Amino acid sequence: MKSTRDKQKEDLNFDYKYGFSMPEKPVFKSKKGLREDVVRMISQIKEEPEWMLNVRLKAYKIFLEKKMPTFGPSLEKIDFDDIYYYLKPTEGQVNSWEDLPKEIKETYDRIGVPEAEKKYLAGVSAQYESEVVYESVNKELAKVGVIFCDMDTALREHEDLVKEYFGTLIPAHDNKFAALNTATWSGGSFVYVPKGVKVKLPLQAYFRINSERFGQFERTLIIAEEGSEVHYVEGCTAPIYTSESLHAAVVEIFVKKDAHVRYTTVQNWSTNIYNLVTKRTHCAERGFMEWIDCNIGSGITMKYPSVYLYGEGARGEVLSIAFAGKGQIQDAGAKMMHFAPNTSSRIVSKSISKDGGRTSYRGLVQVSPKAKNSSVYVSCDALILDEESRSDTYPSMKIKEDDVEIQHEATVEKLGDEKLFYLMSRGLSKPDAESALVLGFMEPVTKEIPLEYSIELNRLIKLEMEGSVG
Amino acid sequence: MLKLTNLIVSIDDKTILNGINFTFEKGKTYAIMGPNGSGKSTLAYALMGHPAYQILNPKSEIRSSIELNGQDITEMEPNERAQEGMFLSFQTPLSLSGVKVYQLLQLAMNGKKDPLQIRKEAQAYAKELGISEELLNRPLNEGASGGERKKMEVLQAAVLEKQLLIFDEVDTGVDVDALKSISTFLTKYKRDKTYIVITHYNRILHYLKPDQVLVMINGNISKIGGPELAKQIEDEGYESIK
Repeated sequence: MKSTRDKQKEDLNFDYKYGFSMPEKPVFKSKKGLREDVVRMISQIKEEPEWMLNVRLKAYKIFLEKKMPTFGPSLEKIDFDDIYYYLKPTEGQVNSWEDLPKEIKETYDRIGVPEAEKKYLAGVSAQYESEVVYESVNKELAKVGVIFCDMDTALREHEDLVKEYFGTLIPAHDNKFAALNTATWSGGSFVYVPKGVKVKLPLQAYFRINSERFGQFERTLIIAEEGSEVHYVEGCTAPIYTSESLHAAVVEIFVKKDAHVRYTTVQNWSTNIYNLVTKRTHCAERGFMEWIDCNIGSGITMKYPSVYLYGEGARGEVLSIAFAGKGQIQDAGAKMMHFAPNTSSRIVSKSISKDGGRTSYRGLVQVSPKAKNSSVYVSCDALILDEESRSDTYPSMKIKEDDVEIQHEATVEKLGDEKLFYLMSRGLSKPDAESALVLGFMEPVTKEIPLEYSIELNRLIKLEMEGSVG
Repeated sequence: MLKLTNLIVSIDDKTILNGINFTFEKGKTYAIMGPNGSGKSTLAYALMGHPAYQILNPKSEIRSSIELNGQDITEMEPNERAQEGMFLSFQTPLSLSGVKVYQLLQLAMNGKKDPLQIRKEAQAYAKELGISEELLNRPLNEGASGGERKKMEVLQAAVLEKQLLIFDEVDTGVDVDALKSISTFLTKYKRDKTYIVITHYNRILHYLKPDQVLVMINGNISKIGGPELAKQIEDEGYESIK
């Protein structure tokens, strides 16, 4: 019998193993709507310590009091009473491939996903080859003291660490969705890298295939101790389908002195999803944080990864790609807060809109007094593919220190007829020429993504381009 | 090989070419000269199928058409014309962000040539043309000089193995050495290809030795001659042949 991977190689001619995910197929659902008893029940089912229950209950009250965001796309269609706040996932569930929406099945077909993977993606199959991979990877990591597990496990097995950091960077009162997440969180990743340890392989959420990682309210916590290094990758390019409409995640990252964390996201939720995510990093002396954020899917995304540069010489980067097709709004950006001298930040944002899609770059750079000799670089480029589509830029800079170097560039371009003609005169069909130009436009960011992901991402963008324009 | 019949071309409702009739024979080299604004580049774009250049068919006249090897290509998309063996070397080659020449060539060959083979050939031709390895690995023409851009056009034509090549001022903005390497290269790989060389200067024609020189004035071919016509234009200007 051929292994699944061999088959994939035959079918796809490249390794697809990193790109998969599985929608949650619950056997147990909480009642719809959020009430105190639902919050208590979540905590009870997970057999959490009392302090976590209290954190949740407090967050629940804050959630009730908090107003919806006053900026960005309209969220008024979100009906908080029509959402299940806890879904208990299970193995071995039988769910039919046929039950998936037509467009999701079609996309799998077009990407060229082998039959076995289709079922696996659809949550039909319960064979998780990756479990084995995860086990062996985890064994290696454990030898050097690295902890990599889901948040629920972390709370059981590493309670002290979780308690020390949880919610200290993104407290419940930060915003309404952070409060909602804190009250109802389930799943997400926990990563702890001890002092001086450099993790060579990217840690991929995919390895934890059997856990609750694709809950709607996932909670991720990464702690990189002094001088350590880690690259974490979440998401996948195959469209993730879930019948639930709200994804509100919280990601907190602590980069200690001289540590380096890179966090790569490839987001391709189905277009019925509101993707409202709060991501933040605390960066100590000479620490280096990189967010690489690719948003392709979802109906509405609001996401502004931020870096709080607290230590002298700390560095922060956000490289992002946003692609908005028909009916999609990608409201993405970055936040860089300079609190110490010699800190530097770099934001590179590339957005593409087509078929009436809307992209917005929303960014905030703040340099506090005393953050002397700091440097700021912001570059946001938008590519608009047709007359119906739109792109907006909302950059905001609050600079309270004079001794700062600042560069800001912004461009908006349309897919030029001359460039299309040039490529077509070489023999490229119009769709090929268009996707070549779009992929070229994204290249400064995609080259930073692990190869497997960038190949898939490029394929996906090509797919999005096909039959759309021209 | 390439037959133009009553070719009338307009851009933005302004007629530029006024009914050109001419047949380019396979394997020959043609020079097209003419003052600025006489329609030389318009002819190049129209032959390659640029969407902004409209081919008109006024009533009660002979149909305006372009035939390639007996096939009517008047309505064809640029990429279809390319697949039929046509190539346009641009007067001002664009730079493409994020797209390397290898990628472009690979997409253009669409599987007809192995990517490794493409790379090998591109590298070999680059060496002959004096294009640095570093430039090859950059996105196409990014930060490239005028001469380098023209060389890159010639390189693409060679890897893509096109048969009917239109050079729109491949010698403009090119220094003496670059002109020499481009000309030498084109001569070496001429074989049975057809060259249509649009130029203002006789110097490239010293190398390429055109079979015929066509002079365009006001959207028409107003004179056809041998290499001596190019010399006359260089010495005496277009006034002398009006």
